[in-house]
Formats: sequence, C-alpha cells, structure tokens
Amino acid sequence: MSNSDSLRHFLAGCKACLPVLPGVMSFGLICGAAMVAGGLSKTAAVAMTLFVFAGTMQLAAVQLAATGAPLVVIALAGAIINLRFAMFSLSIAPHFQGLPARLRALFAYALSDNGYAQSITHFTLHPAPGHIPYHAGVTFAIWSAWTVPAIAGVFVGAAFPREWQLEFTVSLTLLALGVANMRDRASALAALAAGVTALLAAGLPYRIGLILGAFAGVAAGILAERWIRPSSGR
Amino acid sequence: MDTTFVWALIAVLTVVSFVSRASFILLFPRVTLPRGLQRGLRFVPAAVFTALIAPDVFLSSGALELGPSNPKAAAAVLAGVIAWRTRNTLATILAGMVALHLLRIALLG
Repeated sequence: MSNSDSLRHFLAGCKACLPVLPGVMSFGLICGAAMVAGGLSKTAAVAMTLFVFAGTMQLAAVQLAATGAPLVVIALAGAIINLRFAMFSLSIAPHFQGLPARLRALFAYALSDNGYAQSITHFTLHPAPGHIPYHAGVTFAIWSAWTVPAIAGVFVGAAFPREWQLEFTVSLTLLALGVANMRDRASALAALAAGVTALLAAGLPYRIGLILGAFAGVAAGILAERWIRPSSGR
Repeated sequence: MDTTFVWALIAVLTVVSFVSRASFILLFPRVTLPRGLQRGLRFVPAAVFTALIAPDVFLSSGALELGPSNPKAAAAVLAGVIAWRTRNTLATILAGMVALHLLRIALLG
C-alpha cells in the first residue's frame, strides 16, 4: 500500500470517530475533574490519565482509595472492570496478526470501548487492505479526544472549592454508567443483587463487599437470563 | 491521600490496565474464552458500578441511613431516575449535584 493510501485510511478512521468524540471528550473532562475532587494531586491525576488510560477504572480506584481500601482490592476491582477489554482484545487480535510487537503493544495500550466498536465494525464490512492505518486513525482520534480534555479537567477541577462536594460527581458518573448498562431485566437484576450484597457485606474489612457484590451480580444475571427467557427492551 | 500509596496505585493500575487489553493481542494471541464466561461478562459493568457506589451513598458510618442526615441517598436515587430516563452522564451529574445541595440547604435551614 502506498503512503497516500495509508494516509487516506488513517484519515477515514479519524473521520469515522467524529460522532462519538463529543461524548468521549465530555467524559474525559468529567473524569479529570472528578479524580482531583476525589483527592488525587494534579500530577498524580495527569499521570494516571496517561498511564492507565481507563476512565471508569480510574474513577473506581479513586472512589475506593478515598474510603481506605487496600491496593489488592483496588487492583482486583480494576481487573474486574477491565475484563471487557480482554474480550475486545480477543475479538480484534486476529486483525493484528503479523504486526510488529511494538505496534501491537501500542494498539493494546490505547484500546478503548469506542475505538474497538468503530474498528471491528469497519473490519467486518470492508475487505482487508487498509485495516491497520484505519485503526491507527481511530486510535489516534479517541486517544487524543480523551486525554486532552481529561488533563484540562484536572486543572479545571482543582479550581473548585471543597464545599461544593464535587467528589460526589465520582459516584454520580459511576451511577450513570451502571444505569447505561442496565439494558434488560437480567442486567437490572444483576445490578440489584450486586448493590444489596455490597450493602449487606459493608461491615466486612478491606471492602471485600465490592468483590462479593460483583460476583453475586454476575451470578444473578446469568440465573435471571436462564429463568426469564423473554427479556424486555434490549 | 498518601503520596507513596497513590504512586503505587498508579503503577499497579497501569499494569492491570495494560495486561487486560494486551491479553489476546500481545500475550496469548491464540487462546479463546469459553462461551459461559463470555455471557457472564456482559453483567460485569452494571454489577460492579452498583456494588461500588451503594455503600458510599446509602451508608453513613457503617449503618443504613436514608433520612435527612444523609442527603446523598435521596440525591443519588433522583440522579438514578434521571440516568434511567435520559441515558446521559452529564444530566445525571447535574441533577445529582443540584439535588444534593438543595437538600443540604433545605435540611440545614
């Protein structure tokens, strides 16, 4: 493939992301501001944004750290939250076969919900040449649309007074994401079981209640799916 | 927050985050997941986020507290309804923050 062809595919990838960029950018901004509100220093919040590059995992970690959870529990919670990326990784991996390890490592680092969804759809609809520059374009667009506003959010968030209780925005953001994932009865039941378990287990040390709640929720979801066949509005 | 703890946290999360995404792209490119596990994964976000925030919102020093001394509970319920109706993160945050502060002002006089 010539350089101009590569560039064309790269730009097509960037352009395909345009509709989701406002959402990605506002979530980045919220995430950056919420991390500082949750108690991180500006330097730590910027470092976390660039190294971890996983908004929901970062918010969950800040929320847990603020309530004194130990590192092991935060890491475990992060791994559970990021499990979906292992699935994305599994599904997109065949398209990256034969690429140099360094490029695969870069694509792995910057794999995102929106980027995955965009590229995998394109890969199934369009034949092979151009997949790699296209995915590079998608990755570039999503990565910069998230990190730049997130870093801006860190500095904006740091400017607000403490009485505003902006740390509550961390809970509210996670709440919105939780509700967004309740698409049918089974997943709503999963959330209910997880929340009740977490409340009942709140007295246990090290915030193990979170891990128990997560398992109870997934188990309830699987059972519910088995018992109530016709689920409402997917 | 303790500085050493925060940097250890960032280091650990960087590894966890990278490993989860690199798993099949870089580390085990030839493995497939059992179907049962793949089905269960779709319940993870709703379950984890609810389990994560429920204690912080509904408990006050370890006990269930839904009354006037914990305006976060009512604010979160209202925000949950807004989230359900609008499916919009920003609207949810705004509703929750406005509710929290109005309740706080109303209850403290």
